[in-house]
Amino acid sequence: MSQVRTSDNSIEPMISLSGVGKWYGAFQALDSINMSVAKGEKIVLCGPSGSGKSTLIRCINHLEAYQKGDIHVGGIRLGHGSKVIDAVRREVGMVFQQFNLFPHLTVLQNCMLAPMRTLGLNKPQAEGRARTLLERVKISEQAEKYPAQLSGGQQQRVAIARALCMRPKAMLFDEPTSALDPEMVKEVLDTMIALAEEGMTMICVTHEMGFARQVADRIVFMASGVIVEEAPPAEFFSNPKHERTRKFLGEVLGRH
Amino acid sequence: MNYTLDFTPVIDGLPNLLWACLGTFTLAISGMLLAIVIGIGGVILRQSRVKLLRWLVIGFVELIRNTPFLVQIFFIYFALPLAGIRLDPTPTAIIALGINGGAYAIEIIRGGVQSISKGQTEAGLALGLHKAQVFRLIILKPALRTIYPSLTSQFILLTLTTSIASAISAYELTSVSQRIESDSFRSFEVYFTVTVFYLVISWVMMRIFAFFSARYFSYPLR
Repeated sequence: MSQVRTSDNSIEPMISLSGVGKWYGAFQALDSINMSVAKGEKIVLCGPSGSGKSTLIRCINHLEAYQKGDIHVGGIRLGHGSKVIDAVRREVGMVFQQFNLFPHLTVLQNCMLAPMRTLGLNKPQAEGRARTLLERVKISEQAEKYPAQLSGGQQQRVAIARALCMRPKAMLFDEPTSALDPEMVKEVLDTMIALAEEGMTMICVTHEMGFARQVADRIVFMASGVIVEEAPPAEFFSNPKHERTRKFLGEVLGRH
Repeated sequence: MNYTLDFTPVIDGLPNLLWACLGTFTLAISGMLLAIVIGIGGVILRQSRVKLLRWLVIGFVELIRNTPFLVQIFFIYFALPLAGIRLDPTPTAIIALGINGGAYAIEIIRGGVQSISKGQTEAGLALGLHKAQVFRLIILKPALRTIYPSLTSQFILLTLTTSIASAISAYELTSVSQRIESDSFRSFEVYFTVTVFYLVISWVMMRIFAFFSARYFSYPLR
């Protein structure tokens, strides 16, 4: 299944942030963030904890409000009206650290809920789409189970399928493997790699540098709410420009 | 002690007593349904962005939980007619039970809603559902499951509270038994029987709650 859409204007970036600032009270979480993500581009966002990387992607689908600057998603300016926000959320899928599957719904129902309620699909359409995508994340045999009956890795793959059921133009991943046991990280990363290879536009907050090296078009390094440095992986790993980046890479890569 | 048991008045009054059990049951079930509606509605209003609505709910809960049920039911039955609202004993009892149980239900259900992780709401919003859909489709059921034991014990209490409706002569078990007792003076026999009947009614209620639990809240949690 291809995510390529002919109607998109390919000159305009899929996601763009300009001068985005966010405060929690007096604390500034994001400071003048400028970022542009082209269609099909894969961005890995990394940085020490508290650097604002999760906050940044949560602003893109307005789970967090921002006070300054502009965010455009698929040509829509993400203002504060709920109609616009809902429209953007339907275009942008999100995968969370804690999976956040709905415990009272089966895997299949988890995947069918939003397409039926927000896209107006009928039950057979939603089910067909859900089964196709569960197949794609290689978990179709678990469709009738409840989330609690699955392993963490399986739950996260379902969460990816659930987001894909909305046929999003871009996907946001907020530390998708951080809550997983080590032996389950690979299955989730493999799913994400497959998605990347199909051309999905992706922004991933992750500490998985192997994944970043393999998949990312650009790696964006953040610290203290600002973008410190961004570069293609080869350059980022071999020739980091800033001291903070070098320190971070030393810590992250030293762990492996 | 030189008391000879004589259940004849109870046996003669048995059809009446059984019908009265049904009356009690009806009051309890109707009161509960109203209480659930008030409980869920109250929780929604309690989260409203409009401050006035939030305060109205808080005021309502405080008012009801800090005044006696008997006074509440008297207020509806004897005081409201002066304002032109005249209700029969049974509707009065149902409304009083629903309002009283509803006030407690608001607090219980609110606790359940707060226990659901924020991630659930965020996942729903991120999928493009709006707030009301998130509450109805994602939050409500797990929240109700969490507080189901507290809610059921509150509703057993509501079932037993129906006996207070005898004070306005609503058709229920206590008022019917009072009539039989005052005609026959067989206090022991009458109230012994009534006690057993209330036990049975409570037991039936618990079976009903268990049925709903098995039907709706049996999805695995781990």
